[in-house]
Amino acid sequence: MSFLAGNARLTAARLTSVLVACVVICALVAFLTPLVGVVTPGGGLELMSPAAIWGGDIDATVYWQVRLPRSLAALLCGAALAGAGCAFQAVLRNPLAEPFTLGVSSGASLFAVAAIRVGLASPLGTAGVGAAAVLGAVVAVAVVWRLARVGDALPPATLILAGVTVSMFCSAASMAIQFTSSFADVSRMLRWMMGGLEWTTYATVARAAPAVAAGALVLVWQGRALNAMAAGPEAAASVGVDPGRTQSLSFAAASLLVGASIAVAGPVGFVGLIVPHALRALVGPDHRVLLPASMLMGAALVGACDTLARMLGQWPVGIITALGGGPFFLVLLVRGKRHADLWRG
Amino acid sequence: MIALADVGCSYAPGAAPVLDGVSFRAARGELVAVVGPNGAGKTTLARVIGGLLRPARGVVRIDGKDPAGVARRDLARTLAYLPQRYELAFPFTALEIVLFGRYAHHRGPGLEAAEDVKVALAAMARCDVEPLADRRFDTLSGGERRRILVAQALCQGAELLLLDEPTAGLDPAHAIAVMSALAGERDRGAAAVVVTHDLDLAARLADRVVVLAGGRIIADAPPAEAFAAPAVAAAFGCALHTGELPSGGRYLVAR
Repeated sequence: MSFLAGNARLTAARLTSVLVACVVICALVAFLTPLVGVVTPGGGLELMSPAAIWGGDIDATVYWQVRLPRSLAALLCGAALAGAGCAFQAVLRNPLAEPFTLGVSSGASLFAVAAIRVGLASPLGTAGVGAAAVLGAVVAVAVVWRLARVGDALPPATLILAGVTVSMFCSAASMAIQFTSSFADVSRMLRWMMGGLEWTTYATVARAAPAVAAGALVLVWQGRALNAMAAGPEAAASVGVDPGRTQSLSFAAASLLVGASIAVAGPVGFVGLIVPHALRALVGPDHRVLLPASMLMGAALVGACDTLARMLGQWPVGIITALGGGPFFLVLLVRGKRHADLWRG
Repeated sequence: MIALADVGCSYAPGAAPVLDGVSFRAARGELVAVVGPNGAGKTTLARVIGGLLRPARGVVRIDGKDPAGVARRDLARTLAYLPQRYELAFPFTALEIVLFGRYAHHRGPGLEAAEDVKVALAAMARCDVEPLADRRFDTLSGGERRRILVAQALCQGAELLLLDEPTAGLDPAHAIAVMSALAGERDRGAAAVVVTHDLDLAARLADRVVVLAGGRIIADAPPAEAFAAPAVAAAFGCALHTGELPSGGRYLVAR
């Protein structure tokens, strides 16, 4: 394990080892968790055979048509949220930076709630609410961006303040809409805001995957610039980073990731906050390994949490990530206080 | 060549100028010390030269180009700028911090080449911090951190060096070693501009001393001449006594 630890310069061998380990964990979660709950003599593995797939076997159909797309959607959301959280923390140099504190999730929720209120859910179904949520995320990002920007710079403190303010405003507006809505609509709104993956199909995955891939590519490409940004925009500029460009690109890519995730699963909390923190303690702060590792392990985490949610009787996955993530994060925080392991904001 | 002509700068419209009509040059093969009392505008001057602050008036040129107008990556290959403040948010190691200095030499997210690591370790050796390579930056002393940052600037491979307080917090031996390393860069043909409060080091090792007070240059001359000017002593608010050591070399004592 010490070989993986981030207390030495990132080498090709360490990068490869960490990423291979994360990919294996991710793949195991993707293909094995859909088998959880399947009762067959072979533990479910026989569902992978061509005979089962093409033979109309009911368990195989459930595995391939219902659970695997749901598992893949969970993985996409986890990767997107963890990647976005990691990027937000890097450019803002702030441990509280994640989609929720920057107003992105609240903006998405407000638009989703408004869409349900005006009856958009009936003609367009969940896709309509999802589209409204993405629009909300984009609007919130644009407003926070505009409020926080000072000249060419994006001061982290101003951005966090603007994000928290927009977040609180959107939350209050959401509550106002809920307060004046019918009981049935309020129920739908609350259900959406809890986040869930039970209606996902391969089409959902196909819609979200390009956005997640594009966002991930932009962020990973900027790994070295994000490293230098750890010392602040001025110090980063002194070694050749364009801080304004790095902040803008990272912010846009991270928002794209959050939007894609929200469109699929609604708001899922805590993933963007805890995964990069935990991984930073394990693999070190170099974003060339931290970003991809966070995305892969975020994917595995949401995949596992969604399985647990499914086993508990189709609970919303957002409840599981927050209930499990909160105590886990507190353990990290207490350990960090004792060993001064966590980075200081 | 670092060249400024009639540079004026203030942090808010209508506010008192922080720099007022500043003109000076630092050519390759020169080590120039910029000194002055607190609040004289030294760090603002460094930020203007580093292209981080656009002056309200006047012209700044780094090898003939406006530093605020060229791509940061291109500027970093010409000018290595060590800012006064450096607060790290993540627990990188000393070697990783020095390797940040190689950023401008590569594009994309790739890992550093063996040559980059060699250059970084050589720069660390010159600043006597090579044994700290695998130590976490945030666990080191202020003086050790400062030397690591000087190594980062040297690792950049630029021919123009601009260092804001490179010897702040350093013990005398390491302060002399760092300034000697910069003098070595000068001897290899680089131009080095060092903003410092260490007047003795400036007197000993600089070719020229630029004295800033109230945003204006009140002296720009070889150390003995600059520190002998009554206006400079008045600006510092104390007498500055310079002399020759029996072994050769100058010293300066403020009384």
